[in-house]
Amino acid sequence: MKIGGAAGQGIQTIGTVLSKTFLRDGFHVFGSQFYLSRVRGGHNFFQIRVSDHPVQAIKEELDILVALDEASITQHLEEVQDGFVVADEAAVNDTTPENVISIPFVDIAKEVSGNKLFSNTVAVGAVFGILCYDLSCLNTLLSEIFEKKGEEIIEKNIAAAKAGYDYVQDGKFKGVCKFDLTPNPVDGRILIDGNDAVGFGALAAGVQLVSSYPMTPSTGVMTFVAKYADRFNAIVEQAEDEVAALNMAIGASFAGVRAMTTTSGGGFCLMTEALGLAGMTETPVVVFLSQRPGPATGLPTMTEQADLQFALHAAQGEIPRCILAPRTPRDAFYQTMRAFNIADKYQIPVILMSDQYLADALFTYENFDLSHVTIERHLLSDRELKKMGDYRRYEITDSGISPRALPGQAGVLVVADSDEHNEEGHIDQTIENRIRMNEKRLRKLDGLKEDMQLPIIHGLENADISLIGWGSTFGPLAEAVDILNEDEVSINLVHFSDIYPLHEGDIGLLMDGLNHTVCVENNATGQFAQLLRTELGFEVSDKILRYDGLPFTPKSIIRELEEKEVV
Amino acid sequence: MVTLDDYKAGDTEWCPGCGNFSILAAVKKALVSLDKEPHEVLMVSGIGQSGKLPHYLKCNTFNGLHGRTLPPATGAKLANPELTVIAVGGDGDSYGEGGNHFIHALRRNPDITLIAHDNQIYGLTKGQASPTSEPGMKTKIQTHGVINTPFNPLAVAISLGCTFVSRGFAGDIEHLSSLIAEAVEHPGFSLVDILQPCISFNKLNTYSWYKERVYKLEDEGYDPTDRIKAFEKTLEWGERIPTGVFYKHDSTSFESKQPVLEKGPLVKQKYDPEELIDVMKSFM
Ligand SMILES: Cc1ncc(C[n+]2csc(CCOP(=O)(O)OP(=O)(O)O)c2C)c(N)n1
Ligand code: SF4
Repeated sequence: MKIGGAAGQGIQTIGTVLSKTFLRDGFHVFGSQFYLSRVRGGHNFFQIRVSDHPVQAIKEELDILVALDEASITQHLEEVQDGFVVADEAAVNDTTPENVISIPFVDIAKEVSGNKLFSNTVAVGAVFGILCYDLSCLNTLLSEIFEKKGEEIIEKNIAAAKAGYDYVQDGKFKGVCKFDLTPNPVDGRILIDGNDAVGFGALAAGVQLVSSYPMTPSTGVMTFVAKYADRFNAIVEQAEDEVAALNMAIGASFAGVRAMTTTSGGGFCLMTEALGLAGMTETPVVVFLSQRPGPATGLPTMTEQADLQFALHAAQGEIPRCILAPRTPRDAFYQTMRAFNIADKYQIPVILMSDQYLADALFTYENFDLSHVTIERHLLSDRELKKMGDYRRYEITDSGISPRALPGQAGVLVVADSDEHNEEGHIDQTIENRIRMNEKRLRKLDGLKEDMQLPIIHGLENADISLIGWGSTFGPLAEAVDILNEDEVSINLVHFSDIYPLHEGDIGLLMDGLNHTVCVENNATGQFAQLLRTELGFEVSDKILRYDGLPFTPKSIIRELEEKEVV
Repeated sequence: MVTLDDYKAGDTEWCPGCGNFSILAAVKKALVSLDKEPHEVLMVSGIGQSGKLPHYLKCNTFNGLHGRTLPPATGAKLANPELTVIAVGGDGDSYGEGGNHFIHALRRNPDITLIAHDNQIYGLTKGQASPTSEPGMKTKIQTHGVINTPFNPLAVAISLGCTFVSRGFAGDIEHLSSLIAEAVEHPGFSLVDILQPCISFNKLNTYSWYKERVYKLEDEGYDPTDRIKAFEKTLEWGERIPTGVFYKHDSTSFESKQPVLEKGPLVKQKYDPEELIDVMKSFM
């Protein structure tokens, strides 16, 4: 179902309330949002898919459309197959098609709860009416949500929901209970979106400083950490700009805490010099880069995967770096924790790439397994330092990783420098030193490659066709493969979450075993396909590229495969 | 007891006679007078002749990017407020490339001392105008002479509520080192802007030029707690140039306003894993 309306009409609230109710009643929910870059007005929507089996992508067809504004009808009517369109009275006019049923949300709200603010809840009730779905779980949820606002507000919300429900049941929809939704309440399931999962992962990893400058769609991570900062002994600082944000995180990391910055493309542009600083000074740091379509300010609230080649090369000179791109919120949780461990182990910047689609996409899961939380700091203890004698911050080692002490530890001085430096950390421009140090830093990539995880393979083994994807496209790609496998098409998905560095041996071997390959990406130039070529010498057979600001749907992928006559 | 020898380091790369040498001597003297052990001190610097200073004495050092002295210094101070954090930069570094960070460090008020080597010229890049260059000063780039109004760091600092605003002169090590010591002791952001002759590129603001003009505010019974007077003094530049503490006020630092730091330095804290379970409940 889709709920459309203007910003400020409470669409997100309706979406969240509906999603959570279904979650608790044992269904799998997938939610996603489309919003414009404005605080009020414009046309936004929230789309929810409810199923008794796991779902991780949006569908193109709708069973129920709730229209709070006129645009919801004009833009989405065609998506409704043989379902219902419920519209607010204000959204209909003479030209509105007949199958649209208008409901006076505002009047009902005023009548039963005394304020038009409750029209949201009336709409939720109406949806439940169409579904002929019991209101008890919804009532519990409303009580929880409005607990702080007091008994009266709770009562009014419950009354509003019931009024919406009754209006539909008693009126024009009477007797049309064509959806079979049998609740089967479960405990321990969660509903989480990509941004919250990254924030949660960062807290689990023990992040103690997040310094960022707000930029959609990354801001949610900063907000999430801020909400829990006091309880996790962390500080969230809103920096004056992205230059300060990353430099501040680097300073904090140098002094010993786990630090992170969050940003999107334009902000990341400003961070590139500091990214090089992290590489040169060998200071661990995690950069959360949530993509949106560029160039420049681009399409602030839409999605794209077009910053990959930039992330790979950002900063002057050559530095070792690691790039991870979570597939789903669950992956985002674990990959975020891993990002901190990798940053600490190799003393490098780790770029965690997401995008607007993953940022706002809600997935249902069983509880995350918190026993997997490990924090590996790779720091020298006071005892180890004492035994060491002379401490050199940039000691040359086989792995390229030097022992790390912190400023303030008695008996040692830690000297870090953005200039080329010697093992003690002091400026050294001699040619011999330069070569040794450059090689030492880049040597870290050898060890890091061994730590990189292979892509996962979804669908048939040894298929004739392999889709290749990375990051947030996993859900729609996996579902496209499932649908095609059911139709007996020999196809699978090879999907990457560990993006760089790629292991020529392990990954190269896996890739060489593939037949017809189609790289599917949310960009116009096939950036991941380019990476496969430069890193592995691998040529994909075909590409499907989408760069209209929207995410893939399973159907859109299948459509393209058919057009290309691949299937 | 800490001695000057504890801070002794190797060769420098400055021009013989440069004002930076006196600043280096004054910094060492100040740290010794405060009995600070080198491992308790973190110097964060930018890029420029001035930015090399931390390499010429023994202490923890983070020599970062041009203009980016204050953000990493602030981050490090948040992570471990037990460190004595001193930021070092030139006038180009601190007020030009780093101008925005300067403004926002003043607003935050971290307990950091900024030592700004103000030679009114870019030294390392060989003699271009800096934000504090005198109008009319000719360089290879400003061929018709500087036409922009000079940046007034002291006035900006006072206007943004900085609670320790001072100016030193590289020709007077004694006075400078006591200023630096006082600034380091001050809880909150402290600015020590230092008149530093660059003998290679600034032929205008020379040692003798300064010696004729510089005077000490404390010699004239000046009261450094009056903000309006202090502001007036920052506008005095020409025949007479004041040095010393312009403005001083009680201060609550950025760090002491962070509830989380009441429990001790961040580096020494951990979270309780039980909290994770609680966060997960919010998604149910
Ligand atoms: C981003 C960046 N831009 C430019 C430079 C080149 N640069 C190095 S030092 C400097 C100016 C130095 O002037 P100042 O900060 O006044 O220090 P001084 O050398 O006079 O002590 C410049 C422009 C650089 N290193 N980085
Ligand atoms: S160029 Fe100027 S500032 Fe730099 S070392 Fe020489 S005299 Fe000092």
